[in-house]
Amino acid sequence: MPLVRFIDFLRDRLGLAIKASIGLLALLVVADIARVLLSHGHEAAAAAQDLASAPSPIAHDPSPAAAHAAAGFWAHLYHIAETVPVFWSVFGFIACVLIVYVSKWYGHLKVGHTHIMAPEDFYNE
Amino acid sequence: MSEFWIHPTLIFLIGGLLLPLIPQAARKAWLLLIPILAFARIVTMSSGTFGEVHFANWTLTFGRVDRLSQVFGYILGLMAIIGTLYGLHVKRAAEHTASWFYVAGSLGAIYAGDFITLFLFWELMAIASTFLIWFRNSERSLAAGYRYLLVHMAGGVALLAGIMLTYKATHSLAFNALDILNPTAGTWLITIGFILNAAVPPLHAWLPDAYGEATFNGSVFMCAFTTKTAVYALLRGVPGFDILIPLGVIMALYGVVYAVLENDSRRLLAYHIISQVGYMVAGVGLANTHTEFGRLAFNGVCAHAFAHILYKGLLFMGCGTVLHQTGESKFTELGGLYKKMPTTFVLTLIGGLSISAFPLFSGFVSKSMIVSAGFESGKLWVGFLLMLASAGTFLHTGLKVPYFIFFGKNNCKPQTWEKAKDPVWNMTAAMCIAAFLCIFIGSYTPYLYTKLPLQDVVYHPYNVGHVMETLQILLFTALGFFLMLKKLTPEAKISLDLDIIWRKGGPAFLWLAKKPIQAIDTFVGEIYNVGGLIPLMRTSRFVGVFDSAVIDGVVDGFASGFRNFGARLRGVQRGAIQQNLTAVFGFGALLLLAYLFIF
Repeated sequence: MPLVRFIDFLRDRLGLAIKASIGLLALLVVADIARVLLSHGHEAAAAAQDLASAPSPIAHDPSPAAAHAAAGFWAHLYHIAETVPVFWSVFGFIACVLIVYVSKWYGHLKVGHTHIMAPEDFYNE
Repeated sequence: MSEFWIHPTLIFLIGGLLLPLIPQAARKAWLLLIPILAFARIVTMSSGTFGEVHFANWTLTFGRVDRLSQVFGYILGLMAIIGTLYGLHVKRAAEHTASWFYVAGSLGAIYAGDFITLFLFWELMAIASTFLIWFRNSERSLAAGYRYLLVHMAGGVALLAGIMLTYKATHSLAFNALDILNPTAGTWLITIGFILNAAVPPLHAWLPDAYGEATFNGSVFMCAFTTKTAVYALLRGVPGFDILIPLGVIMALYGVVYAVLENDSRRLLAYHIISQVGYMVAGVGLANTHTEFGRLAFNGVCAHAFAHILYKGLLFMGCGTVLHQTGESKFTELGGLYKKMPTTFVLTLIGGLSISAFPLFSGFVSKSMIVSAGFESGKLWVGFLLMLASAGTFLHTGLKVPYFIFFGKNNCKPQTWEKAKDPVWNMTAAMCIAAFLCIFIGSYTPYLYTKLPLQDVVYHPYNVGHVMETLQILLFTALGFFLMLKKLTPEAKISLDLDIIWRKGGPAFLWLAKKPIQAIDTFVGEIYNVGGLIPLMRTSRFVGVFDSAVIDGVVDGFASGFRNFGARLRGVQRGAIQQNLTAVFGFGALLLLAYLFIF
């Protein structure tokens, strides 16, 4: 089967496959930096245009909801996510590490005489 | 009834009852014909209210057809075709009959316009699906089936109590959105009945317990119908109920944690159902249709349920194939199988990429609607925590499942390796259909989006920002996976969950099993007294008729038959439970009889 041959082909060149994957990640990071920088340029231009065309002070007054949302940890995180490039790369990686460590910690919590991760014959069926 | 109107449920019920009579030579054709007929019926139904039956003082509505019920009916009907095709080679007719009765219950609940009809089909679903576990024919599945039935019975009691209290308060049995701004005890009990079926913690432990023990094709049905019918019921009954938002987020993360620890591939997928349904439950909590984000969430729940049924079905079919071919479903007994089962590998991978919401796969166009609604609602934590759970989804279902079954260390025993090969044509065909639809939905959004209930909501998943954001999360999660591969290697252990409460062995078990049920009995008795139902019973014809004409007649008639059946299973559990089971079976029988009597 061609698929099996292709997988074996990659496995024989594991080093190269890993390098290609890392290259892909690097490319993604570069692309995201470019995207955020470009969109900031656009936003700045749009904002300038807004100011020029509609200098109404009301339009720039934060609504109560927005003011409320502008406080706190999540709002701060949201602001970073909107403005800092590669935020989601870092988020994805940290999320993965966090999930694995928290789960493992949880799995080793004690329950009576055993742990959450118990021997397979625990229920004695 | 103003006109002759065929309910798709009826097609499945009749098809299932006649199946054992169909000669073996024609059976496969029958197995394909019935679901296709039912699906064709669903697709051709026009909107409106049909199948209204006046019974005693109330009106039962069997067919409420609108955009919301149609999107669920469509996908469940489609899944019935795929699931039946997947198990086409199974010889025992009773297994197919049980699957179809299960589907019939689900569709009946989807199109139900009143609470009584909903409840009857709800119970049919629970009973029929129990057989899908028992048909595995092992000690373990017998016990698991019992536990499953007991839990659902308890949920059914809550639902029925809620329905009665609501009826008492509003004098209406219509199944419409409840008043969630002023929730009564009835509203809470109905919600509890619904979220038990949706497997919301702490009422979730039945799900991995049962789905890991069901037959290879039984799990394919189960993963689609029970939880998604519950999501529909929530969306119909309590859209915008705030409490569901934190519950849904907890669910999404809870399932992820257990999936890390899990060693059995099908139990892992079951925990991931909890995680995925968490998105939908949170979405129902956000779905206040008076707001812009709420309308997006409303559509998002439907879209995600639609996509989820297909990719979860595909994943259960992939892992079910491995189980069917090798007899193993544990990672510590598998590995390196891509050489022996390449087709199964590719198809399972497509399911994994879809659930992980890779661009061009179905999860990408559905899950993001709910996440976006979370961000737009101003509850930023909902958005971020659901994003966190997305990383977990890819980690387990997209990476862990394919890696430790098809790659990784080869833990296969020689006989496992010997037996491993791609399956018979019908299993492959069913997986191919599901895989095609996963990609089709992700690549051609109008297919799904034109079916959603609120057509004025505009959503475009494919923009540079969203694609980049998703790719970054997923690919850097993959990086983390490969860096921590050693830590993620599955261990030959089980993870204790809340089902420990009713599973502890020995004398403690009997005590534990008996006490809560006695407590429930007492509690229900309390409700009758405290809730003022006794005066109601005296004055209202509703309960009077219900009691004398329905319960006494039908339950007594059927109870003995089912009690005999129960006696055969008595090896596992004893005592008061048996009596309660009889009552549940009685309700199932009641449903069937009511249904057949009416049409």
